[in-house]
Amino acid sequence: MDNNLIFLLLVGALVGAASGYLGSFMVLKRMSLVGDALSHVALPGIAIALTAGVNPMLGAFVALVIAIIGIWYLSEHSEVYPEALVGVFFTASLSIGLLLTPEPDLLEALFGNIDKIGIADGVMVLVGAVVIFVVTAAISKKLLLGVVSEDLAKSQKIDVSKINLIYLLLVALVVALGVKFLGTLLTGAMVIIPAVTAKNLSKSIKSFHLFASGFGIASAVLGILIAKNFGIASGPGVVLTSIVFFIVSYFFRKK
Amino acid sequence: MEPKPNILTVSGLRVEFDNHVILEDIGFEVARDDTLAIIGPNGAGKSVLFRALLGLVPFTGKVEWADDAKIGYVPQKLAVAKDLPLTVNDFFHFKEKKQAKIYEIIRSVGFLEEAKHLHNDKRVLQTRLGDLSGGELQRVLIAYALLGKPNVLLFDEPTSGIDVSGEETIYDLIHKLQAEEDLTIIFISHELQVVNHYANSVLCLNKEKICFGPPIEVVNKDNLAKLYGEEVHLHKHNDGLNSHKHEEKNNHG
Repeated sequence: MDNNLIFLLLVGALVGAASGYLGSFMVLKRMSLVGDALSHVALPGIAIALTAGVNPMLGAFVALVIAIIGIWYLSEHSEVYPEALVGVFFTASLSIGLLLTPEPDLLEALFGNIDKIGIADGVMVLVGAVVIFVVTAAISKKLLLGVVSEDLAKSQKIDVSKINLIYLLLVALVVALGVKFLGTLLTGAMVIIPAVTAKNLSKSIKSFHLFASGFGIASAVLGILIAKNFGIASGPGVVLTSIVFFIVSYFFRKK
Repeated sequence: MEPKPNILTVSGLRVEFDNHVILEDIGFEVARDDTLAIIGPNGAGKSVLFRALLGLVPFTGKVEWADDAKIGYVPQKLAVAKDLPLTVNDFFHFKEKKQAKIYEIIRSVGFLEEAKHLHNDKRVLQTRLGDLSGGELQRVLIAYALLGKPNVLLFDEPTSGIDVSGEETIYDLIHKLQAEEDLTIIFISHELQVVNHYANSVLCLNKEKICFGPPIEVVNKDNLAKLYGEEVHLHKHNDGLNSHKHEEKNNHG
């Protein structure tokens, strides 16, 4: 194995672990589809970043943060969760992103390309993953109590709405980190699939988080190796690997 | 400064959702260490009153808790999926770090006495929240509320969705808690017998205050007729109390 491959596997494992861990909360909050659709919002951000010559991760992150604040505001200030509106908004940003992205970069932006990952990206992923693990661990009890019962959380003077915003911003960060590996169409999958796989196999919250991060790492590492060996794009390689784990886990699920 | 004699004082409380008045002009006091029962037909606004007391819904008027009031809230139920990967122990850890404290509290709500039963104290901690029976979940919620030593407990219908033997356990438990020093209990109930048995004071509620005072004084035929409709008999079990016919009669009141 050459050094570059080891570097890619390490960075991929970090993205996988962080997405799996964050995704475990997303699944419990029943926001899986929002998490998936959210990644489409990254595209216009990437397009603008590419045109302006800055790191596409940054562009993706800015676009995602704007979308997240929009989703958070809608879910806090309207009675019914505006799912249809989210759908419209996300497909609109995907379309705009497709028009804005320079043609040669389009395939890469949509499906990811690990050959373009450099040291700077690796450092960003490392810092981002550390932030995700530290902050999520710090808010995890409050976040989960909000899932079990919002009333109970509020009766303990927990600011559920603030905790939700912090959580969603972390989701924006993890999707931005995954964009170069998996592309805008598929990063959302890494937030969802390892987490639902873990849910099949877990009874306690600890094993759930561990399994979700573990399947995130395993999917990323195996997927990248498969992509390299067979010369396919990394996005589909990683996502399909994680789906194989999911199917297997389904037969071993804890009832 | 003298400490306030009342742990809770409510006056002129009004709650409305979308221009519908749910509660109007509610006023009552709860003395320290007392047990207050809130009764009323379905849709009378009992749970909404609780939510207002907890500050979970917007309201006008005054809800004044004593400065040292520490509230433990026992919700009616939890909307948790059966496959939520969260054990009872995980749930307790949201509020308490020390495992010893958790054991202590789970025993205090009666899980130790059932050591022969499938779910004894240790087993129940490893059970998923969604896998508990109605009675077990209720006791777990009580235990959760008791963590952190509150001096006020708010119970929203302690026995809804529990079979008769489970009901007894819950009321035994409430009775045991009444013996504790400095613990004020406020509970919502449908069951008049229970109210007479356990409460020092009763608040009859149907969008407005129908009566308030010690059960012996206020739970009488006139007030119950006003609360539920004409045909209620005092010593009868409450199965017939909440029929829709009765509610309609009272809605304009």
